[in-house]
Amino acid sequence: MNFHQMSMVQLAGKLQDKSVSSVELTQYFSDRMAKYDDQINGYITKTTELAMAQAQAADARRAAGETGLLLGMPLAHKDIFCTQDIITTCASKMLANFKAPYNATVVEKLNAVGMVTLGKTNMDEFAMGSTTENSAFGVTRNPWDTRAVPGGSSGGAAAVLAAGLAPIATGTDTGGSIRQPAAFCGVTGIKPTYGSVSRYGMIAYASSLDQGGPMGKTAEDCAHLLAAMAGFDERDSTSSEGERPDYVGSLNAPLTGLKVGLPKEYFGEGLSDEVRAATLATAAELEKLGATLVDVSLPNTEHAVPAYYVIAPAEASSNLSRYDGVRFGHRCDNPKDLNDLYTRSRSEGFGAEVKRRIMVGAYVLSAGYYDAYYLKAQRVRRLIKEDFMQAFEACDVILGPVAPTPAWKLGEKTSDPTAMYLADIYTIPVNLAGLPAIAMPAGFAGALPIGVQLIGNYFSEPRLLNVAHQFQQATDHHTKTPAAWA
Amino acid sequence: MSDHIDVHKVARLGALAIGADEVGAVGQKLNAIVGLFDDLAAINTDGIEPMAHPLDQVQRLRVDVVIEKDIHQYVQQIAPRVEAGLYLVPKVIE
Repeated sequence: MNFHQMSMVQLAGKLQDKSVSSVELTQYFSDRMAKYDDQINGYITKTTELAMAQAQAADARRAAGETGLLLGMPLAHKDIFCTQDIITTCASKMLANFKAPYNATVVEKLNAVGMVTLGKTNMDEFAMGSTTENSAFGVTRNPWDTRAVPGGSSGGAAAVLAAGLAPIATGTDTGGSIRQPAAFCGVTGIKPTYGSVSRYGMIAYASSLDQGGPMGKTAEDCAHLLAAMAGFDERDSTSSEGERPDYVGSLNAPLTGLKVGLPKEYFGEGLSDEVRAATLATAAELEKLGATLVDVSLPNTEHAVPAYYVIAPAEASSNLSRYDGVRFGHRCDNPKDLNDLYTRSRSEGFGAEVKRRIMVGAYVLSAGYYDAYYLKAQRVRRLIKEDFMQAFEACDVILGPVAPTPAWKLGEKTSDPTAMYLADIYTIPVNLAGLPAIAMPAGFAGALPIGVQLIGNYFSEPRLLNVAHQFQQATDHHTKTPAAWA
Repeated sequence: MSDHIDVHKVARLGALAIGADEVGAVGQKLNAIVGLFDDLAAINTDGIEPMAHPLDQVQRLRVDVVIEKDIHQYVQQIAPRVEAGLYLVPKVIE
């Protein structure tokens, strides 16, 4: 049985009708990880022993009468979520031996429903990057073409899904880190509304932008995982209060009457022909399913990259000041004084991109520049949000590309950080505005997948998941798997 | 708008050391990044409030009661250097 080619919901059906046990499913994916992960390096840590124990416990719960859809389902966690008793590295040498004293709320919630942790996935160090090349534990390769990047920062999660080394995964998205690797690896992922999923125990990069979310083969899989991940958490002071919407209940609603906005700024210069064609083909397919297409405008889109690369590094430089070689994390040998302890521990522990963002953050927050850069960027951030609010007066969801091109080659952009930053143009505005957006496969450019995204108004995840699910019912892009891993 | 970045200064602000052989390359990349920000100055933001939270939510405060247990020993298990319940650092006062 090719379990790795099935959606999580299909696998859940097999667990529920007891044609497979959690132990068998966990063994199946662990065997694939042992056999194939060396070729893509999607996992930083494999937790096979723990997984087998969790699977046995899940089987016992099912035998005792529990019926939960996620009970006994194997899962890969991005290595940014703190896990008690399992090392959490955030892909940094700084945290190479870090065992968190507690579980992230997301981990706690998924453990509680009986999910099984297969391992912790690779990523860009502290989630800073778009290729997973900034990992202290080696690059992750794209299963569709191992010479290409898998995207990032949740590149390990996307790659293990594409290669069939996990049926479902967690990710985080600060500037596109769920959606862009999902697009590059041909999987589905949703970045929820800011505040939907608890940030407690999710290692901080840029706190006003960071948001956890699910990644999977289908929108339906993502809906079920999101329902288990989301919820108010008093331990996260930015957690949104009140009930979360029903992410699953409206998946099958028809799209008749849906208004899909196409922002002209998302189809301008820099967008590759293949991605443009796949996005327009998606629009045409949604029209066939009953939607109406509407032209909209997001005039401040071009300002999103500079605003983001002021705000995110500013928050990062503040958040990462906690790594001081004293309380946890890497400590240099034989510090000669306190300043040497701080400076050398940090310089040895952080990689080049993290250092760069800390320094840019320190610069934009420093005396004389704060108003011109940081406050200005926060004002621009409001303009970007207002653009979206205006667009949503004319449409229900916005359709656009995720990235200007399919995955590029490993090493192609590593020497030019600004070129890499500019490729985040279509994902970053969503984070600045705090909106939800889902990325889904929409075609191919040669061997490489192309993803598109649907952006919705605050807390409209049920609608986004519904549209993506209906699209996936009518198309087969999301069912394709790379031949080398079949 | 962007001045030439003083690499030593921003490194010091970030408690980082940049080797003498790296200063040139690091400075070049930092200046290219900060060059992206020049565009911001030209945007008209008159009367626009800075946005710190997407939903303009204010900080939620919890009731002022003790809810944490004394977990210092537990938390200090992951510290690089600890003695008698205290974090060790190089001598600060002679």
